[in-house]
Amino acid sequence: MLHFARWKIWLIVASIAASIVFLIPNFLDRGTLAKLPGWFPTRQLTLGLDLQGGAHLMLEVDTQAMVKERLEVLRDDVRRVLREDRIGYTGIGIQGTTVQVRITDQAQVEKAAQKLATIPQSLSDAVFSTTRVVDVEVVRGENGLFRLSLTAPGLDYRTRRVVEQSMEVVRRRVDQLGTTEPVIARQGGTRLLVQVPGLQDIERLKDLLRQTARLTFHLVDAVGPQAMATERGADQDLLYTRDDPPIPILMQKRAMLTGEELVDAQAAYDQTSQAVVNFRFNTSGAQKFGQITQENVGRPFAVVLDKDVITYPRINMPILGGSGQISGNFTVQSANDLALLLRAGALPADLTIVEERTVGPGLGADSIAAGKLAAVVGTVLVVLYMIGNYGLLGIFADVAVVLNIAMLLAILSFLQATLTLPGIAGIVLTIGMAVDANVLIYERIREEQKLGRSAVASIDAGFSRAMGTIVDSNLTTLIAAVVMFLLGSGPIKGFAVTLGVGILTTLFTAVTVSRLMVVLWLRRFRPTRIPI
Amino acid sequence: MRLIKLIPEDTKIPFMGARFVTFPISMVLVAASFLVMAIFGLNYGIDFAGGTVIEVRSHVSPANLHEIRSSLSSIGLGEVQVQGFGQPDDVLIRLQEQPGGELAQQAAVSKVRATLGDAYDYRRVEVVGPRVSADLRRDGTIAVVVSLLLVLVYLWFRFEWQFAVGAVLTTIHDIVLTLGLLSATQISFDLTAIAAILTIVGYSLNDTVVIYDRIRENLRKYKKMPLPELIDGAINQTLTRTIRTSTTTILAVGALLVFGGEALRGFNFAMLCGIVIGTYSSIVISAPLLIFLRLRTGGGAPSSGADETGDKAGKSGKPGRPAGATV
Repeated sequence: MLHFARWKIWLIVASIAASIVFLIPNFLDRGTLAKLPGWFPTRQLTLGLDLQGGAHLMLEVDTQAMVKERLEVLRDDVRRVLREDRIGYTGIGIQGTTVQVRITDQAQVEKAAQKLATIPQSLSDAVFSTTRVVDVEVVRGENGLFRLSLTAPGLDYRTRRVVEQSMEVVRRRVDQLGTTEPVIARQGGTRLLVQVPGLQDIERLKDLLRQTARLTFHLVDAVGPQAMATERGADQDLLYTRDDPPIPILMQKRAMLTGEELVDAQAAYDQTSQAVVNFRFNTSGAQKFGQITQENVGRPFAVVLDKDVITYPRINMPILGGSGQISGNFTVQSANDLALLLRAGALPADLTIVEERTVGPGLGADSIAAGKLAAVVGTVLVVLYMIGNYGLLGIFADVAVVLNIAMLLAILSFLQATLTLPGIAGIVLTIGMAVDANVLIYERIREEQKLGRSAVASIDAGFSRAMGTIVDSNLTTLIAAVVMFLLGSGPIKGFAVTLGVGILTTLFTAVTVSRLMVVLWLRRFRPTRIPI
Repeated sequence: MRLIKLIPEDTKIPFMGARFVTFPISMVLVAASFLVMAIFGLNYGIDFAGGTVIEVRSHVSPANLHEIRSSLSSIGLGEVQVQGFGQPDDVLIRLQEQPGGELAQQAAVSKVRATLGDAYDYRRVEVVGPRVSADLRRDGTIAVVVSLLLVLVYLWFRFEWQFAVGAVLTTIHDIVLTLGLLSATQISFDLTAIAAILTIVGYSLNDTVVIYDRIRENLRKYKKMPLPELIDGAINQTLTRTIRTSTTTILAVGALLVFGGEALRGFNFAMLCGIVIGTYSSIVISAPLLIFLRLRTGGGAPSSGADETGDKAGKSGKPGRPAGATV
């Protein structure tokens, strides 16, 4: 019993020292932190929105509208291709996720089949995978009936894309607020979580998120230094590209087209394997675009998103049929980005705010103060109670509790876990429950001593016999904590983290650290009886 | 130094005899809890019922609750709850979920802001729409059920099945009584209440497991002892521990309840009730349940290690460790 391997002692001392080192940054301000040597840890506890104040929004992407819109586009496409070749049809309509059409003239069915076969698009997921997804399935029925269905993989793909786009737009919009460290994350299939610490003006944030990103196409009058040199007319606008340094572009103020008329944009490769962006307008957009490009061959046009020029390609030839290709010095990534931005401009789905939680900084500060007070009062009460019940051994347990809290906070800082108000409750609860292990051990020691054992034998038996019980009983709480962490949301997660980590640190401090203290005491004073 | 002995250390309280009193009491309490829940229901917070909570601080102290109530009740938002919250100038406004989906909830908040004007600071605004509240209800239920199942499986591995069933029955007893208390007091039942219940699950089991561990140990030690006597011994041997641990936990949670602020009052209250109930049930319900579950009838031992029969620990110099014992 009295033997405690030297390396174990050092390991305990080292882990306590490490905890203290990792705890220190929490008591320093940022200026002091910056002056510390590079090896010193600088991670601080992250405070949850309920403690530091800020806005939490859950947005839901309305994918049903997206599906509906896709179906309407598909129906329009069917009409368009059939009309182009003057193929007579009847009974065109939408059923579920299918567009049905019947060709009236049996002689034209073959031709119609060929035309309709041009509608399905292969959606390339160029960055993430090499598999190709076809968005529409054409099924030929009896008597000239055709059924064009949106495929499940195609819809999944588009849903994923829609959520990605929305998240990108949301991110850009939130960044405009100029706040520090906003969190924008996907939640489940179609939800977006937006957390902006310190934000007070939540109405402005909500306004920004409800707006559609405005995408416009303008004819360009001058580019670069020439644009700066030219005198700007009343009908002209000077905007800049996102390059570094930005290139000024002088263009017509009137947009020839807006993003509202764009139905799709996809990254693709042209014949020379160069990354390009294919885009497509709706019917009216296609007509306008065709007309304008016909009249302006050789002149560049600018694609403008939120007052930034994304690109300003030259019109090489009239672009008829509503689809075009933007080529340039794209990498696969930048082509994908542009395609995403172009689609984002069209914002194919509405964002609905399904959850909102805003906490002002005053309330957060009050909560922290209340939590600290409760923690201090709870600790003092538990410490006094343990000393009252177990005397010297109680002091050992108390030292273990204080080390336990230090270690718990150090681990939370190291993990960059978010401390929430329920998380503080978890810490206080840990204080109350941590001494349980010591109580179990001490009660066992008392029993063993009463059975007539020596001090050393009682302590030995007390620690070893209580161990199984301690593990069993703590594991049940740990199971509850893990379930809360996996299934719980926001505040519950914060509680689960502190409770779970608290159990692990408790097992270490209450069993190992307090045992070391008891052993050192035994070695030094060689008591014959334990005051218990 | 003299140590405080609030609880006599070597008690011989006949808990098993008391089971004919405590079991009926618990059954009545469980029935009463169901009855209270059936009549009053749980006061679901916005997490589960949807709706809006707005915490404001009045620029004039104390806040004029009556004025807020009358001005908000006339703008067509249905039932509006207005109550004091902690400080005299703090007010909590709760709106029911507005008909008309997610957008209607947002519109309601704007209306309240427009009505109350600049005389108040908005300390907290929480809006939970119908879709999210439905998800939270589902997730909360899953969390409680899954944790109970996991614990059942764990205990099944570590003990005989009677222990696992007894522990889970005891825990369900604790949950039902806690829910009954929450219903009777109409304390808001929200996400943190689920956290409290899961913690109570963990805590109540913790207490129960400690007693079960001792029963199992004694089962191996005293093969001939009748079960009621054996269980009584185990409860009494662990009684000091049970009460001391509960006391420290109650001290900590009590500090949270008194000083921890308004936001978690319901959570802390639920925890406090749960700890008291959990302590009570692990002493007088969980262990006696083992008899009803026919843990060991007569003298037949379920486990190996027959040579340990009658060996009272401590009489030999080295403690006899029965095969397979964990302590």
